Amino acid sequence: MRHDHIISAKQLSRADIEAVLDRAAEVAADPESFADRHENALLGLCFFEPSTRTKMSFTAAIKRLGGDVVDMGTVESSSVKKGESLADTVRVVEGYADALVLRHPSEGSAQMASEFVDVPLINAGDGAGQHPTQTLLDLYTIRESAGFDDLTVGIMGDLKYGRTVHSLAHALTNFDADQHFISPESLQLPRSVRYDLHEEGASIREHTELEPVLPELDVLYVTRIQAERFPDESEYRAVAGEYQIDAETLEAARDDLTVMHPLPRVDEIAHEIDDTDYAHYFQQAHNGVPVRMALLDLLLGGDE
Amino acid sequence: MSDRELRVSKIRNGTVVDHITAGQALNVLAILGIDADSGETVSVGMRVPSDRLGSKDIVKVEGRELSQDEVDVLSLIAPAATINIVREFDVVEKHRVERPEEVVGVLSCPNRHCITTEDEPVQSRFDVLDDGIRCTYCDTIVRDSIAEQIDVA
Ligand SMILES: [Zn+2]
Repeated sequence: MRHDHIISAKQLSRADIEAVLDRAAEVAADPESFADRHENALLGLCFFEPSTRTKMSFTAAIKRLGGDVVDMGTVESSSVKKGESLADTVRVVEGYADALVLRHPSEGSAQMASEFVDVPLINAGDGAGQHPTQTLLDLYTIRESAGFDDLTVGIMGDLKYGRTVHSLAHALTNFDADQHFISPESLQLPRSVRYDLHEEGASIREHTELEPVLPELDVLYVTRIQAERFPDESEYRAVAGEYQIDAETLEAARDDLTVMHPLPRVDEIAHEIDDTDYAHYFQQAHNGVPVRMALLDLLLGGDE
Repeated sequence: MSDRELRVSKIRNGTVVDHITAGQALNVLAILGIDADSGETVSVGMRVPSDRLGSKDIVKVEGRELSQDEVDVLSLIAPAATINIVREFDVVEKHRVERPEEVVGVLSCPNRHCITTEDEPVQSRFDVLDDGIRCTYCDTIVRDSIAEQIDVA
């Protein structure tokens, strides 16, 4: 890979993406052969907001490569609470670790932090900005279940604040994919994401309802609509139900539709879907470990 | 010297920013960090008739030459502006502003969740698009209200 830092899905070319996914497939096929690949490697975890799953999956990934983590702990218990800047924190932790993982509530934080360190820095979510490792595991899941050729993807829910959506939409412009965006008017794609998709010449359409487009889809990527995005509860109630799917909704879908969700879900996908062939969201979550192992392997010099 | 040019008095040493988009003179002052307390001698002409623009603003600043960062930002709100450097009452240098590829400092990001708005050792940085600017850090695009982002702090 050409990149020292993984900040945004925008920086990833098709070749980069395929290099990670191919390596992830190798990892998944034979995890044993990677077990001592990075003995003694230390991954610095800088989580400025809680994210148990992302943190656990990075921890699992480095440990399965033979390495370990150094963790700055929760913000409440760290020097950050005493007013230390992010730039200072990452410069200090850089001295303890071979690579850094950053989760931070401010947009652009990973880009800024990467300008202060020499070890590889991985963005594990910067506010409503980007979450590129989620995108890589989403793409891995899509490739496994639907392939990348002549793909029709529906992305539904909160498209305005959903950073996983922003990263995924951009990454899909590398492939032969038609993208359909389904959301309430007030939660449509932000201007900057539209700009990028337009610049890339992406094939996109926007909808407020799933129904008309559902039969065309190979993949339906569902995200959560949060009540706090709406000025009042009743406005939320009015739209939320329209973006929930259950067995009845999917009667109009193709038999081989892949339903995905970056999890955690609340009630966007009814539990009755879980045991059907549509459900790929738990597999999607599990794919986080081999994909992050592959990424770390490449960033830590897995080919040397 | 024409009658029109006399509307704004001559300066001895400094910079004349001419052909400013009509109505933008006060924003130009903001970009230059000039306000009532800054103590600089400044002349401002607003809505001055212009052959080229129909109507234009003009700003003359005594004893001050502009930095490239200031000129870069100025080009975004006054793309037709000319910068005249004056020494001993003579224009010794004259050039048009050019849209830069990026602007650093001077403007602040309107996204209040952007890392550049926090207390970090980083300057704001925007890529210049055909029809606006875009924060290099958080990707926020500003199109219509660039002047409102002038950081006068
Ligand atoms: Zn910004």
